[in-house]
Amino acid sequence: MSLNLQPNFGEPGQRYLRAYTPGDDFYEALIEAHRDLDDEHSQRLNARLILLLANHIGDLGVLRQALAIARDGA
Amino acid sequence: MLSTYQYPKFAYTPPPELAAGTVRRVPVVVVGAGPVGLATAIDLARHGVPVLLLDDDDTVSIGSRGVCYAKRTLEVLDRLGCGDAVVDKGVSWNVGRTFFREEEVYNFDLLPQAGHKRPGMINLQQYYLEEFLNRRAAALPAIEQRWKNRVVSVTPQDDGALLKVETPDGIYALAADWLVVADGARSPIRRMLGLDIDGKIFMDRFLIADVVMQAAFPPERWFWFDPPFHPNQSALLHREADDVWRLDFQLGWNADPEEEKKPENVIPRIRAMLGDERPFELEWVSVYTFQCRRMGRFNHGRVLFVGDAAHQVSPFGARGANSGIQDADNLAWKLALVIDGRAPARLLDSYSDERVYAADENLLNSTRSTDFITPKSGASKQFRNAVLELAREHAFARALVNSGRLSVPSVLVDSPLNTPDGDAFAGWMLPGAPLDDAPVRAGDAPGWLLEHTGGGFTGLYFAADPARIAAPTRAAFAALAAGPLPVEVVVVAARPGSVDGARVLVDADGLAAQRYDATDGTFYLVRPDQHVCARWRALDVAAVGRALARATAQA
Ligand SMILES: Cc1cc2nc3c(=O)[nH]c(=O)nc-3n(C[C@H](O)[C@H](O)[C@H](O)COP(=O)(O)OP(=O)(O)OC[C@H]3O[C@@H](n4cnc5c(N)ncnc54)[C@H](O)[C@@H]3O)c2cc1C
Repeated sequence: MSLNLQPNFGEPGQRYLRAYTPGDDFYEALIEAHRDLDDEHSQRLNARLILLLANHIGDLGVLRQALAIARDGA
Repeated sequence: MLSTYQYPKFAYTPPPELAAGTVRRVPVVVVGAGPVGLATAIDLARHGVPVLLLDDDDTVSIGSRGVCYAKRTLEVLDRLGCGDAVVDKGVSWNVGRTFFREEEVYNFDLLPQAGHKRPGMINLQQYYLEEFLNRRAAALPAIEQRWKNRVVSVTPQDDGALLKVETPDGIYALAADWLVVADGARSPIRRMLGLDIDGKIFMDRFLIADVVMQAAFPPERWFWFDPPFHPNQSALLHREADDVWRLDFQLGWNADPEEEKKPENVIPRIRAMLGDERPFELEWVSVYTFQCRRMGRFNHGRVLFVGDAAHQVSPFGARGANSGIQDADNLAWKLALVIDGRAPARLLDSYSDERVYAADENLLNSTRSTDFITPKSGASKQFRNAVLELAREHAFARALVNSGRLSVPSVLVDSPLNTPDGDAFAGWMLPGAPLDDAPVRAGDAPGWLLEHTGGGFTGLYFAADPARIAAPTRAAFAALAAGPLPVEVVVVAARPGSVDGARVLVDADGLAAQRYDATDGTFYLVRPDQHVCARWRALDVAAVGRALARATAQA
C-alpha cells in the first residue's frame, strides 16, 4: 500500500454537498482539541495524537512514506 | 480622494400624515433600504403586496462595503428584475487563486460546469447594487419609498406594530400589520425591542482600500497568506467596476485604525502589493473588525428580521448581503400568502427555521475561514502553515486550504415544508435544494430553466415527447392550475411540441433531465423561491395537493 495523498476525510454513509466540508470538519476538531493549551501542552497533544494515528495505520511502509514527506519540509 | 461614483440623492417629501395628524395603517412597513430591505420590498410588490419602505438616509451605501455577489443572488435578482443591470455593470469571475509567501498553492473554480445562465460570482460596488434595486423599486407602483424617515420607536401588538417615525419636519405615527426590519447590523429596532443577538467578535482588524487604477490582472480572486509585501498577515485583491480595485490587508488586533487609514501609511502598503510604479488613486479607505453572530429567532410575532439585522458574518465567504437577499427571497412569498389569507401565520415560523439553519451554515463556514486566516494560537498557526506548505505538492492539503468558502445557497434538507422522497432519485435536487439551472428553448427562443420558474408554485413535468403526454396527465395539469394554490406546469421535454395549458421547454442537450435525474413522467413541485419541495417519478394530483398543503404550513 502507498500513502494516500488525495482528499480522504469523510464518515461512512455520509454524503457531502460541498467537497470541502469533511476536511473543514476535521480541521476544526483538530484546532478545537488544542484550545486553551499552551505550547508545551499542545506539543504533548500532538505527540500522543501521532502515536495513536500511527498505530491505527500500522503499515510501516505507509508510515515511512509519511515520515519522509514530513521530514522533507521541516 | 477620487470619486468614480456619483451618489444619487433621493428626494424627501414631507409625509402627509404630519399635517393631517392621522395614523395611517398599511399592510407592510419595511425599515431600511439597504440591499435586503429593497429586495424584500420588490419581492413583496411582485407578489402583489403594497409596501411602505422607510430609510433614515437619502442615498445608497457609502464607501467600501459588499463587493462579491454570488450566482444565487443573481438568480434572485433576475426574478426581481435587476439581474441584467447588475451583471452588465459587474465583473464576472469564477476562479480564485491562493498564494502562500511567493507561490500559488491552490485554486478553485466556482462553476466548473457549463450550461448555467449566471457566473459563479460577480464583483460590484454595493452602491451600484442598491442603485439598481432602487431604480426597480421606484418603477413599481406597489412600493412607496420614504427617505429621511427614521423609525424611532416600535410598539409590537397582536395584530401588527405601531411606529413613530422621525423626519426633518417632525415625528409622525404609523401602524403596520407586519413590520419587516432590515435596518442593518446595528439594528436600532432590535435594540428598541430588547432582543438579543449572540456570537463573537474576531480580534483582528482589516484595512479595506478601494483604489482606482489601470491593470490587466485577470478577473479572479487573489488571496495571499504571508506574502513578501505584507509579512505574517493575509491580503486579498478583487477587481470591481469602473477600474476600481478592492484591496484588503489583515492588520492584527493591535493596529491603530486612525493611523492605518492615513494615506501616508496606506499608499506604501498598496505600492508594495502592486510591486511596480503604476499610478493609482485612493477612492476609499477604512479599517474594519468583524463579528459572527445571529438572533435566536428571526420572527417575533408580527415583527420579522432580515439581513444584517438578524445575522452577521465575517466577510471571507461573501455571505453577508448574499444571505440577506436569500432571507428576502424566503420571506416574501410566505408573507404574501399569509397576508392574502391563503396560508396560516405559522408559515412564517418556517421563515425563521429555514433562515436560521442557513445563517448557522454561513456562520460555521465564515468562522472556519476566519480561524484559518487568522490563527489564534501558536499550534493553530503551525497547522495552518503546514497545510499551506504541503498544499504545493499534495492534493489532500489543498482541500484543507481555507481562504474563504464562498457563498452558496443552503439546501434546506431539514425544512418542515419539504415532502420526503418516496421514489428513488440520484443527484442533488433533493427536497429543500435550490433549483439547478440548465439551458432550454421556449419555442425558438434560447433561454434558461430558472427563467421559467419562481412566480408562484411551479410544477416541472419531464417528458420524452410532449405529443405523447396522455389525456389524464394533461387533465392533471389543468387541475393543478385551477387549484386554490395554483401550480403552473412547465413541461421540460426532450423534443419540441405543444401541450394545451402548459409551457413547453425543450431540453435539447438533456442537461435539465440529467441534473434533475429525471425520466419520462418525473414531476418536481417547486416553491416560489425556486426551492424543490417534493418530487415523484409519476404525477399524482392528490399527492401534489398534500405536498402543497405541507409547503404552506396547512398540513
Ligand atoms: C468591508 C465589507 C465587505 C463586505 N463584502 C461583502 C461581499 O463581498 N458580499 C456580501 O454579500 N456582503 C458583503 N458585506 C456585507 C454587506 O455589506 C451587508 O451584509 C449588507 O449591507 C447588509 O444589508 P442590509 O440591507 O441587511 O443592511 P444595510 O445595508 O446595513 O442597510 C440598512 C439600512 O437601514 C437604514 N436604517 C437603519 N436604521 C434605521 C431606522 N431606525 N429607520 C430607518 N432606516 C434605518 C440604514 O440607513 C440602511 O440604509 C461586506 C461588508 C463590509 C463591511
